[in-house]
Amino acid sequence: MKLKKGIPLIDQHDQFGFWGGKFGGSFIPETLKKPVEDLTEEFKKLRKNKKFIKKRDYYFKNYIGSPTSFVKLENLTSHLGGAQIWAKVVSEANGGAHKIYNATVHALLCKAMGKKYIVGDTGAGYAGKMLSMAAKKFGLKCKIFMGAKDIKRQKPNCDAMKKNGAEIVPVYSGSQTLVDAVSECMRYWVSNCDNTHMCVGSTVGPNIFVKICGWSTAQISRELKVQLKSEFKKIPKKIKLINCVGGGSSAYGFWSEFIDFNKKQIELIGVEAGGPKKSKLHAAPLSRNAKIGVLHGAASYVCQDNEGQINETESISAGLDYPGVSPIHCFLKDTRRARYTFATDEEALNAHVMVTKFENLNPSLEPSHAFAEAIKIAPRLSKDTIIIVNSCGDAKKDRDILKERLGKN
Amino acid sequence: MVSLINEVFKKARNAKRPALLTYTVAGDNTKKKSLDILKSISAHADICELGFPHNTPIADGGQIQTSAYRAIKNGIKINDVFAIAKAFKLSKKTTPIILMGYYNMIYQYDENKFLKKCKSSKIDGLIIVDLPYPENKSFSKKCKRKGINFVQLVSPTTSNIRLKKIIKDSHDMIYYISMLSTTGGKLKVSPKKILENYFKIKNQNKSKNVVIGFGITEKTIKSLKKADGLVVGSAICKEITKSIKKRQNAVTNVTNVVRRLKNKIK
Repeated sequence: MKLKKGIPLIDQHDQFGFWGGKFGGSFIPETLKKPVEDLTEEFKKLRKNKKFIKKRDYYFKNYIGSPTSFVKLENLTSHLGGAQIWAKVVSEANGGAHKIYNATVHALLCKAMGKKYIVGDTGAGYAGKMLSMAAKKFGLKCKIFMGAKDIKRQKPNCDAMKKNGAEIVPVYSGSQTLVDAVSECMRYWVSNCDNTHMCVGSTVGPNIFVKICGWSTAQISRELKVQLKSEFKKIPKKIKLINCVGGGSSAYGFWSEFIDFNKKQIELIGVEAGGPKKSKLHAAPLSRNAKIGVLHGAASYVCQDNEGQINETESISAGLDYPGVSPIHCFLKDTRRARYTFATDEEALNAHVMVTKFENLNPSLEPSHAFAEAIKIAPRLSKDTIIIVNSCGDAKKDRDILKERLGKN
Repeated sequence: MVSLINEVFKKARNAKRPALLTYTVAGDNTKKKSLDILKSISAHADICELGFPHNTPIADGGQIQTSAYRAIKNGIKINDVFAIAKAFKLSKKTTPIILMGYYNMIYQYDENKFLKKCKSSKIDGLIIVDLPYPENKSFSKKCKRKGINFVQLVSPTTSNIRLKKIIKDSHDMIYYISMLSTTGGKLKVSPKKILENYFKIKNQNKSKNVVIGFGITEKTIKSLKKADGLVVGSAICKEITKSIKKRQNAVTNVTNVVRRLKNKIK
């Protein structure tokens, strides 16, 4: 299994959609074959279409607010006394998280394909909130599928979705979290694929959805590359790019431009959700050695039992609370280009506390997992090492959880 | 060698009626009960589909999901599914049994080991919901080598070019999904339109047995009786749920439903 240079990772799959011969694919019911093929054709065409790219860039700049800033966390750096810690503040994007990139591109695709309805899944509520924003912006009718447990714990985002005119469909089956929301959303699409477009909220699902999402979030690393050059004159010698990984959309977007670099120069570190310290449950298929399985139309490392039943997961962060992971991250793991680890709920909370104490930054519980790893490794690294954390979401949505766990407003 | 599945369709054709196929979930609501149900309904059903339940079923509607979750909660394992099928075949040698489920279960069991086990349990066919053509080419070949029917699915969204290829690659039976829906949805397409699509498939190769499934109930079954076979699943699962709720005998109630279904297409 080998990575190719000079080709975007999203395109390094075989004719059946597998990365590294075994991750990804399209394990879908026959009914979805046609809409998936149509979408694949349309995307193939549009991504080469100059007018479409111009449109995308226009909305990225004027609607999403690209580029998001790249800042040094001076206080945190001097407190930890090792590597320099920087943040790419993707949470500045319109809506407060990276999910807006994928949502905007899907809304544009939906329009281009002449469909009037768009549906999507959501865990933390950001994918749903952004899709509802994009739908409103482009005049599409929108339905969001969300686990009943997540609706309770991410209320601010649900309020935003409703305000944008989207219908939230609560999902009561299984663990009532993201995994069930994705299943229910796919079921809805099976029944309505003739007039409805589906947006998968991360780099998961059948091959084409991995590609579209990765193509959208790649904007993050395109910006970062320019920002690095302008800040340091050239790409520094020792960089560590740390990103949380649930489905893996922000991590892929943060890394895509840097995958071809030598890993001694630019190390890629993915941080999964380790769950509560005392619980056996987690949402860390990559770093806690899950087996390969098929979930939601793709093969990836999946938290599952011996028989192939999908395990329940547990994490304080709804956005990372998912038993599978993107096939492209499985590929990056097996080719050893990226290193994956996990942070527990407690470590993420502590990281959130520390970052908000020292910096004017309010990372949500998802990127707090990435900050936990940065805080852990920074003290033993040299001062010329540049750690960059993708602060990919804002903690406004976590208001209730933070209040409960930290007694904070 | 003529497959048991083919023979059954031939018999039904001679009796000038479609074959009746039932779907139940193995282990719903217990291992023993699901075997009793199978044995009892096979007095009226021509082919029994037996679901091996998965907890993330992306193409199933509420009724079958409920049955699947119930069976898993009651501890059904894949080897139990084989044991149920084997016990059934011991008592009903002439009724074909088709296992139906999601690919991850087979992938975890190992394709070859799974097929070997199917063979030794006398399974006649397989339907894998999320392994479409052409991804299923190599697996369906393996099935053929073992003498197990791999059932290809066709849907209203299947294009003509694709349809030709799928039929060419199919074994004895093809499953036509009546409408854009998960299992157990309300029939939202007219029977006339469904049969129109059905004959498009049937007329490509008359030697294939084409069955229609999804949305078929006691109310709708008669209108589709021109087909080679008709599958009823959710309506049966629903009856099991109802019987459990009312503390009635599920075996008797389900058998009555299947008998009535059969009478409507005789």
